[in-house]
Amino acid sequence: MKGWISRFKAVMALTVLALILSGCGEPFLSTLQPSGEGAAKLLELIILSFVIMLFVFVVVMLIYIYVVIKFRQKKGQEDFIPKQVEGSHALETLWTVIPIILLLILAVPTIQYTFAFEDMSPEVNEEGEEMDQIWIDVTGKQYWWHFEYEDLDITTSQELYIPTDRRVNLSMISDDVIHSFWVPAIQGKMDVNPTGNRNEMFLQAEEEGVYWGKCAELCGPSHSLMDFKVIAVSPGEFEEWVEDMQGVTGEEEPETDTALAGQESFEENCLSCHAIGSSPNKVGPNLTNFADRDKLAGVFDMTEENLYEWIDTKGEEMKPGNLMVSAPYDLEEEEINNIIEYLMTLSPSEVTPESADNGVYIDSDLSDLFPEEEEGEDEEESDEVEEDEDEEE
Amino acid sequence: MAEDVLKSGNLPENPERATLEGRNKFMGFWFFLGGETVLFASLFGTYLALRNSTVDGPTGQEIFGLGLVFLMTVILLTSSLTSVYAMYHMKNNDFKKMQLWLGITVVLGFAFLGLEIYEFVHYVNDYGFGFTTSAFSTAFYTLVGFHGAHVAFGLVWIISLMIRNAKRGLNLYNAPKFYIASLYWHFIDVVWVFIFTVVYLMGKVG
Amino acid sequence: MSTTADKKAGFGSVLWDYLTTVDHKKIAVLYLIGGLFFFILGGLQAMLIRIQLIVPDNEFISAQFYNEVLTMHGTTMIFLAAMPLIFALMNAVLPLQIGARDVAFPFINSLGFWLFLFGGIFLNISWFAGGAPDVGWTAYAPLSLFSESHGVDYYAIGLQIAGFGTLMGGINFLVTVINMRAPGMTYMRMPLFTWTSFIASVLILFAFPALTVGLFLLTFDRLFEGNFFDPEMGGNVIIWEHLFWIFGHPEVYILILPAFGVFSEIIPTFSKKRLFGYSSMVFATILIAFLGFMVWAHHMFTVGLGPIANSIFSVATMAIAVPTGIKIFNWLFTMWGGSIRLTSPMVFALGFIPTFTIGGMTGVMLGAAAADFQYHDTYFVVAHFHYVIVGGTILGIFAGIIYWWPKMFGTMLNEKLNHWFFWLFFIGFHLTFFFQHFLGLMGMPRRYWKFLSDQGLDLFNLISTIGAFGMAFGTIVFLINVVMTQMKGEKVSADPWDARTLEWAIPSPPPFYNFKQEPLVRGLDPLWVEKMQGDGKIKPAEPLGDIHMPNRSFVPFMISLGLFIAGFGVMYQGAMWVLAVIGFGITAGSMLHRSLKDDIGYHVHKEELEEEGDGSNG
Repeated sequence: MKGWISRFKAVMALTVLALILSGCGEPFLSTLQPSGEGAAKLLELIILSFVIMLFVFVVVMLIYIYVVIKFRQKKGQEDFIPKQVEGSHALETLWTVIPIILLLILAVPTIQYTFAFEDMSPEVNEEGEEMDQIWIDVTGKQYWWHFEYEDLDITTSQELYIPTDRRVNLSMISDDVIHSFWVPAIQGKMDVNPTGNRNEMFLQAEEEGVYWGKCAELCGPSHSLMDFKVIAVSPGEFEEWVEDMQGVTGEEEPETDTALAGQESFEENCLSCHAIGSSPNKVGPNLTNFADRDKLAGVFDMTEENLYEWIDTKGEEMKPGNLMVSAPYDLEEEEINNIIEYLMTLSPSEVTPESADNGVYIDSDLSDLFPEEEEGEDEEESDEVEEDEDEEE
Repeated sequence: MAEDVLKSGNLPENPERATLEGRNKFMGFWFFLGGETVLFASLFGTYLALRNSTVDGPTGQEIFGLGLVFLMTVILLTSSLTSVYAMYHMKNNDFKKMQLWLGITVVLGFAFLGLEIYEFVHYVNDYGFGFTTSAFSTAFYTLVGFHGAHVAFGLVWIISLMIRNAKRGLNLYNAPKFYIASLYWHFIDVVWVFIFTVVYLMGKVG
Repeated sequence: MSTTADKKAGFGSVLWDYLTTVDHKKIAVLYLIGGLFFFILGGLQAMLIRIQLIVPDNEFISAQFYNEVLTMHGTTMIFLAAMPLIFALMNAVLPLQIGARDVAFPFINSLGFWLFLFGGIFLNISWFAGGAPDVGWTAYAPLSLFSESHGVDYYAIGLQIAGFGTLMGGINFLVTVINMRAPGMTYMRMPLFTWTSFIASVLILFAFPALTVGLFLLTFDRLFEGNFFDPEMGGNVIIWEHLFWIFGHPEVYILILPAFGVFSEIIPTFSKKRLFGYSSMVFATILIAFLGFMVWAHHMFTVGLGPIANSIFSVATMAIAVPTGIKIFNWLFTMWGGSIRLTSPMVFALGFIPTFTIGGMTGVMLGAAAADFQYHDTYFVVAHFHYVIVGGTILGIFAGIIYWWPKMFGTMLNEKLNHWFFWLFFIGFHLTFFFQHFLGLMGMPRRYWKFLSDQGLDLFNLISTIGAFGMAFGTIVFLINVVMTQMKGEKVSADPWDARTLEWAIPSPPPFYNFKQEPLVRGLDPLWVEKMQGDGKIKPAEPLGDIHMPNRSFVPFMISLGLFIAGFGVMYQGAMWVLAVIGFGITAGSMLHRSLKDDIGYHVHKEELEEEGDGSNG
């Protein structure tokens, strides 16, 4: 008997501890502290299912504890033969029907949410007009992420800038193995497949902030290092960022001589894989706003030492299995330093990850980004139709 | 007592199920065929998912010749019928006739297999349609090839049974063996009917 | 062929005895040894994983090696530890529970074991041949095609060989249950362990061929330039996921149903009450198995199957909670009003109920399709399936091993050490996995080689690793217990637990022919019926007579060895093709030998049986 009581106490203590700790998790990463529409809705569903299940668990445990305490064989009862009960239709019906009802209560919102999450139709603003949609093509690659903003003519990698006033729609595909795109604090995950369907998902952040994204499908040795960031900024800041990014051609000359030399080496050695400015080249990450990045290669601090090591060793130890190790370049120490200096000038915009945390909110309806609204959409649709036809052939 | 099962002559009506071992074999083999059904269902599913993934290679419509395949179907269906005759004679305890009909079954089986090999060679040589041509070709050869391998295995099985028991005739020990071999042969036949429909007819019609 | 003469035999003859045995009780011992060996191996791999994750940004093992370890941990535990241990229990107990002298196909039973063993060895040779598979036990394409070492080839061929063995084992038990029951042992008098094993065998029969096909496709793509999963050539990677989970989900029930059966034996025995709601337990088992085939896509909610498919599979998944709930309540009400003895098997059962209920809770939570977008592929899932597989299957297996140990070996494991084992393992288990639920919700995906320090994941990972050591210590206590018990070799009676079913009516361990005379079954829990209404002895259904027994055979070993050798040839190709020729030659030759050479068994004569004294089954 004593063992059971102490065990019960231990379980209670653990539960309390767990409840206290469950508030934990970092706000930029935890599904339990949602900052976006998707994650908030999913947390509702999680809590609903948890409460229903907790009810079941409590019922089971109450019966369990009662039975174990009450019906233990007492001393001197060794020969006692209990009544051999066959069963009870009433009881058995009860514990068949009640769970069915509980599951129905859960099933209805589950189905609603499941459909809601795949509805990619345009949002409606307060005036009842359809808002312009931002579509972003996401490409998953071993072990980094590539983003192309449809219609906006911007390309970037690793850090995805989104405005906080609306949903951003993602259309995702992989260039190699299956990845899974997950930003726990603002949205659930969706697989990024190399064949078949382009998966679609919306992202929406209620608050400005830098949110951590992760790859959730085993994709090779550096699966755990395939982090990325979603930088949610106010619509005005987003607009500014877009315009700054659109202005980059890649031909801009840096001011210092060393950086200029670095640019030359970069063009010789790196440009075949790494693009600057809007470019379809996605062999390696796009570096247009490299100097503004929060992290190097998704996970390392953005220091010159780290960057030096990365270029020097091609990231062999830092991100095992990454494909840059097969790049043919062979650089001297000085050249690397020049390239680093050049890379550190790649900061086309005032809007950086810090803008997400500085408390400045600039409003905008982003209409400047969509000048020929109607036509733009028509074009997009006709493109899609053509694609469909291709598939059918 | 144990040796009784090796005596031929005077067998009961259903010799394949007269002993416990026979009944076990009979039932176990039915279960095995259940598993085989799932195996082929998975292969069919895969094939259906990839039948239009021809990339640059030829499509089924371009290469399938229904005449040849129809002939193969007739041959295999007939062989199924002849194996039924063989089992009929087994139940009548007529070993010689059983062997004869099994022999015809085997000949038909070889004819089928020969035509299938001819068909494959024809695809490879005349259309450049090999195992590695496209996802469709891989799925096609895997599905039809699995069936072909089953036919080949069945032939070896029946032949070895026929040779092993040629001299001593039918008894309670080998009757279940003959019987499940014929069950297997029917199963192969049924699978082929599905292949004929799903792969060839649907492939030709488009 | 002789029976008692082997008693003081030398090592060589014991080895030969086991290499050629077709006796289900000896095959059970083989499965037990093989399963425990791989369980320890998989456990060591688990420890490597937890040590790597003890602190953030740890460099204890490399990323590549970590992926190999996590793949082999999963693969080993599912295919090479849990499955064979379940087969060990089935072999040891099922024929005895239905009053059979042997299984339906003793030869195939032995073949199943050797295929499993050679498959398992084949898979593990990869460690010494350029690296183990590194793509997760699910081996999703196209990652499994990108993997450069031969590891994935070892995975595909090794599991193929082991899978054949499992399939044969399944068919064997199906026919055994249908054809070999003793007089009076109707279906609705079968013990629940027999029932659940029977249903699990049905699942094996219909689930494993899907894996067979999946592995063939993978092999063709990797070794023969097939295009099933190559997007460039029109292939489709999602096919693998479907095939894998059409197998993989029923596999989960193959693992858990026999464990349910074990507890359904233990709880009545130690509550001194018949199982509450026997027929609804049987019905629930069948329903779980049926639904188990309808829900595979709940592993694929994030693949992009669309909301309609996701909703259907979501509701089907939730439905499984109903029959599972029925079982939980039936166990509770079996104890209700009983006289509960806290023996170690019973303590395992009592530990199982709350643990499995938590696993079931998180299962329903995971089944809610949209919410799964957050859980999927995180530590929440890791926690969930360890709660059901360790909290259900592994606790069930160990409870079963302890419970039937006297029947298998005629000795009794030390109760005190059993309790130590339980508490270390149980507390360690909850420490390890309970907090992983939160790790997942806090944003930690599964299969992560390292986590970074600034993400709030440190504490729970540390606790988890500490817990893992508890589980390891518990297992060590169990192994010590086994060694000590067998060294002491103290014999026990036929029925040391005061149990209810037929297997306890014959001596421990049973003679090689099990039942001297076929038993007559007069009700559910036959031994209990005789204890209450008769003299505690099972009545014979036939006069003493000759007993037909199967011959031992070395052929199963040779068939398996052939496939094992051929596997290398198929994999390395080139000059190694000669190995494939040799290997397939050995297999084909052995099969031909089996087919052509008469094997009608032999008889134990009445006179010999009489000499052994007391002809009763008691």
